[in-house]
Amino acid sequence: MTDSPTVNRVSADARAAAFTTRSIKTTAKDAGLRLALSMVDLTTLEGKDSPEKVRSLCAKARRPMPDDERVLGERLPSVAAVCVYPSMVPAAAEALDGSGIKVASVATGFPSGQYPLDVRLRDTEKAIADGADEIDMVINRGAFLSGRYGVVAEEIAEVTAVCAQGGPGGRGVHLKVILETGELETYDNVRRASDLAIANIRDGDFIKTSTGKVSPAATMGVTLVMLEAIRDAWLKDGKKIGMKPAGGIRTAKQSLHYLAMVKETLGDAWLSPDWFRFGASSLADDVLRQIVRRKTGRYTAGYDFGVA
Amino acid sequence: MTTFQEQNATDIAGSQTSAAGPGRSPALEFASAWDYAPAPESTKVEIADTYGHFIGGKFVDAAKGGTLDTLNPANETKLSTFARGTAEDIDAAVKAARDAQPKWAALPAKERGKYLYRIARRLQERAREFAILETMDNGKPIKESRDVDIPLVAAHFFYHAGWCDKLKYAFGGAEPKPVGVCGQVIPWNFPLLMAAWKLAPALACGNTCVLKPAETTPLTALRLAEVFDEIGLPPGVVNIITGDGEAGSALVEHPGVDKVAFTGSTEVGKKIARAVAGTGKKLTLELGGKSPNIIFDDASIDQAVEGIVSGIYFNQGHVCCAGSRLFVQEGVADEVVAKLKIRLESLRVGDPLDKNTDVGAINSRPQLETIAKYFDIARDEGLGVYESSCELPSSGFWCKPSFFTGVQASHTVAREEIFGPVLAIQTFRTPEEVITRANNSPYGLAAGVWTDKGSKIFEIAGQLKAGIVWLNTYNRFDPASPFGGYKESGFGREGGMQGLRGYVRLG
Repeated sequence: MTDSPTVNRVSADARAAAFTTRSIKTTAKDAGLRLALSMVDLTTLEGKDSPEKVRSLCAKARRPMPDDERVLGERLPSVAAVCVYPSMVPAAAEALDGSGIKVASVATGFPSGQYPLDVRLRDTEKAIADGADEIDMVINRGAFLSGRYGVVAEEIAEVTAVCAQGGPGGRGVHLKVILETGELETYDNVRRASDLAIANIRDGDFIKTSTGKVSPAATMGVTLVMLEAIRDAWLKDGKKIGMKPAGGIRTAKQSLHYLAMVKETLGDAWLSPDWFRFGASSLADDVLRQIVRRKTGRYTAGYDFGVA
Repeated sequence: MTTFQEQNATDIAGSQTSAAGPGRSPALEFASAWDYAPAPESTKVEIADTYGHFIGGKFVDAAKGGTLDTLNPANETKLSTFARGTAEDIDAAVKAARDAQPKWAALPAKERGKYLYRIARRLQERAREFAILETMDNGKPIKESRDVDIPLVAAHFFYHAGWCDKLKYAFGGAEPKPVGVCGQVIPWNFPLLMAAWKLAPALACGNTCVLKPAETTPLTALRLAEVFDEIGLPPGVVNIITGDGEAGSALVEHPGVDKVAFTGSTEVGKKIARAVAGTGKKLTLELGGKSPNIIFDDASIDQAVEGIVSGIYFNQGHVCCAGSRLFVQEGVADEVVAKLKIRLESLRVGDPLDKNTDVGAINSRPQLETIAKYFDIARDEGLGVYESSCELPSSGFWCKPSFFTGVQASHTVAREEIFGPVLAIQTFRTPEEVITRANNSPYGLAAGVWTDKGSKIFEIAGQLKAGIVWLNTYNRFDPASPFGGYKESGFGREGGMQGLRGYVRLG
């Protein structure tokens, strides 16, 4: 698996930057903000997380703005998923029960992945058994960077197999493969890792930029390279893979730039929470702030939305 | 994994957008559930009903040439009326320039520099207004006039402002003297930028100028005259005569002109060369091109496709150095063409003032007719024609981003400059072959090379007979980088230290 195309970083960055000059106004902005909100994986991945913190996050996930009908005259969409550590999955599953919002769990020894494979697989199985609908795994960057691509591929395939078994009650489980692009450094590596992951996951699974624990996390350039890998897999094999940039996307404006990039790289079919997600903790609040401003003409204060 | 080649074996001359996998036909849909709302640039720009010539620091009516109209090519509405210059106007302008020249040249160099800095700063302050006016008069997308043209215009004045007091270090110890009065004739594709390319080095070197903008795009040059007035540029240092070819000929032939600089078509360039021959006038010509853009199979393909787009669809292909001959190595030809087709679908063609427009209007009806003629020729010669599926506005002058397939070196569209958003695609097998074919052109303005292999870049670039060779990029400009061609693309350089040479006499 070394026949991935090369990527010219300067040109790729220039192309990615071009999407930041798209002017997204009026109706396009209204629709884009609601779409972005519906694509958020509301995330908390802290050592200090507790079930109560997760319940707070889940409440926010269900109703990002509880007074939306009064202020906006409409019901805003809920977010796509809540993303937590495996130990928090039971709390999240209980809090989100019946909402349609997915429980996403990081697993496989997140964020480093530096654990024996059987431990990482067990981590995954446990999260699924506890109620996770989606598994955000990390790849073995040590193996990747030392050129042992076969090892990386095999490990992804094994986690895919665990997810393919599904959860209790025949629940389908989707996989997101985190490349941790900040550690891969070059766009050639990002492309190769994307191709390698895509080859070893199923239709409907995702590739994801970052854990959020390494800087830089998601960037427009890295996301473009991954979107192009997804596009090529679709055109060559008809395999449809989703994309999740994570970390560093904090403003509504940024999220609209990402949507423009998805729209112009992959087209309409990917403009849905089934195929594109934002891994973010603070993005939702800025999106809400912009939605309120569009409606009322006023900016809200930070304390106007409940923290989660 | 199957490859693009296997699935798209017949696709290079066909029209399907994507490869077809077994049992499904994966394509990408850009029709869009989520479309960008119109985002028109909203600032209103004042345009006078009529403009005169700018001679000796004043706007004056045409002596006897009457007037011409300038249109917005995106909707064919009249923007303004301007003076049509004749020999009498040229004579007055040359006289004004002559009168002003000794005093301008005698200014301490850093004082001349201050004027140029002031022009550059004022252009930056009024950048938005200039960008809108350029887009209305020319038809280019506001995105390009805002992000490319006007910033480069300011950059040229800044750059040459810096040269004013350093000229004596530019020529290896030889003492530079001004040439005198410069007659400068510029084209319509980058109206203000071409004015800057001509005026900035001339002024920096102590010359005075008579500038003749193109007849379809006079407005930004006339607005620039307002800037000269605002910053107190001495009267007569820059004179602007608007009009058609009659004014251009009169300027080139005027005995009081010491130097002629022309950017435009090779046909007119040849006439100018004949007119100037034997007169002792200095001459620089920046003419047409049919520049090769070469993609090797080891290139980063997605970025190379972006290079094709910026090579030929930038500014509607109205670029003398446009990468209008694409050479793709056979092993990646199908993939490149398939990806180019997809990319064309996301190019937004339409209202040039919309901030999301990628491809604007063709500058004039005659130019649109020229482009249409080449489509007819291509069809007559049996070539494949592929056009973007975009819809075009009902009024104005428009051409869909397009390319020709099945092109061989002898086909007309592979040899002649079209000056539109139209690309001739050819394939090649070896480096030696592509160098031979790239250089097999009467032109020699620019070239692009796309490969991920560093050693190959230098090997190929050194053998291309072109004034500018871009490596893994295309259509990038900088005032510090000299621009100009070989063969029928002209002679002399503009920009950089080399560009100063055309505006000095070395004593």
